[in-house]
Amino acid sequence: MRSADDPGGDAGAACGGVRGGGGTRREPDEQTAQWLAALGGSGSAREQAVSRLHELLLRVARAELGRRAGRHPITGPELDDLAYQAADDAVLAITTKLGEFRGESQFTTWAYRFVVLEVSSKLGRHFWQRPTVALDTADWERLPDRFGISPVDHAERRDLIAAVRRAVDQELTERQRRVFIAIVVDGIPLDALVAQLGSSRNAIYKIMFDARRKLRAALAANGYLTASAQEADPEHHQVR
Amino acid sequence: MAGWDELDRFLQTDPRDVGCEQALQILHVYVEAVLDDETGAEAARRYPGVEAHLLSCGPCAEDYEGLLLVARADLA
Repeated sequence: MRSADDPGGDAGAACGGVRGGGGTRREPDEQTAQWLAALGGSGSAREQAVSRLHELLLRVARAELGRRAGRHPITGPELDDLAYQAADDAVLAITTKLGEFRGESQFTTWAYRFVVLEVSSKLGRHFWQRPTVALDTADWERLPDRFGISPVDHAERRDLIAAVRRAVDQELTERQRRVFIAIVVDGIPLDALVAQLGSSRNAIYKIMFDARRKLRAALAANGYLTASAQEADPEHHQVR
Repeated sequence: MAGWDELDRFLQTDPRDVGCEQALQILHVYVEAVLDDETGAEAARRYPGVEAHLLSCGPCAEDYEGLLLVARADLA
C-alpha cells in the first residue's frame, strides 16, 4: 500500500497508464523499421547495425557529457573513456531489451534515453573518484547557502539552520535523515549518493520526497512556513 | 526572507509526482510529445505526473533536458 502522495502512487491516473508504457503505439516510421529489422536480424547485417548504433550513441554520449561540462570535473581522455563506457553499456542494454520497444516513439529517441541515463549513472559513480565532500560530513553551516541566504544575513542563517535541524532531528527516520543531510546539507549529487549506497535513484528520491513533506509540515506547524492547502486537506494523506 | 521562500519551494511536494522510475520509463515518449508541441502543454496534459516529477527532481530534469536536445538535433 502506498500513500496518495508517494511519488508513483497514482501513475495510472496521472500519466495515462505509465506502467504499461504510457504512450500510444503507432506504425513505425521508415527509419525505426530499418533499425528494428537490422538489429533483430542476424549475421553481418546485424553486426553492422550494432556498430552504427554504437557510433550514434557515442556521439550522443559525447554531446551529453559536453552539455554537462562545468557540473562535473572530467576532461580529456577520461571524458572520452566515460563516453565510450556509456555507449557500450547502452548498446548492450538496447540489444538485450529490443523486444521491449513498444513503438511509442521513434527508435532513436528510445535508444538515446538509454545512453543519457548511462551518462548520469556513470557521472554519479565517478563523483567518488575525486569527491568534493565526504559522506556524513553534516556541515550545517552550508545549509543557508543552498537556499541563497547571504553570508552577511547572520540572523536569518542562524534561524534557518536551527529550525531545519530541529525538524530533521525530530521528524525524520534515521535513513531519511542520512539522505537529507547528504543531499541538502552536504550537497552530494543524488546519483552519487545512489552509487555510494548501492540504491536506485527512485528509492533515494522517494526517501527525499517523504522527508521534504514531513519537514514542510513540521516547519509550517511551528510557524516558519505557511500551511499549504494540501497539508490542511486530510484527503491528501489518505492511502488510495 | 528569500531564503525561507526558496526552502519552502524545495520542500513542497506534488501528489501527482510519479517518481523517477515511471518518469524515466516513458521519458522518450514525453520528449516526443514536447517536440510535437514545444510549449510543453500537450505533454503536461497527457502526463501530468511526469511533468510534476520533472519540476522537482533535478537528476531526472537533467536527463530530460539532455534527451530533448539530442532528439531535437536528430543526430542520426
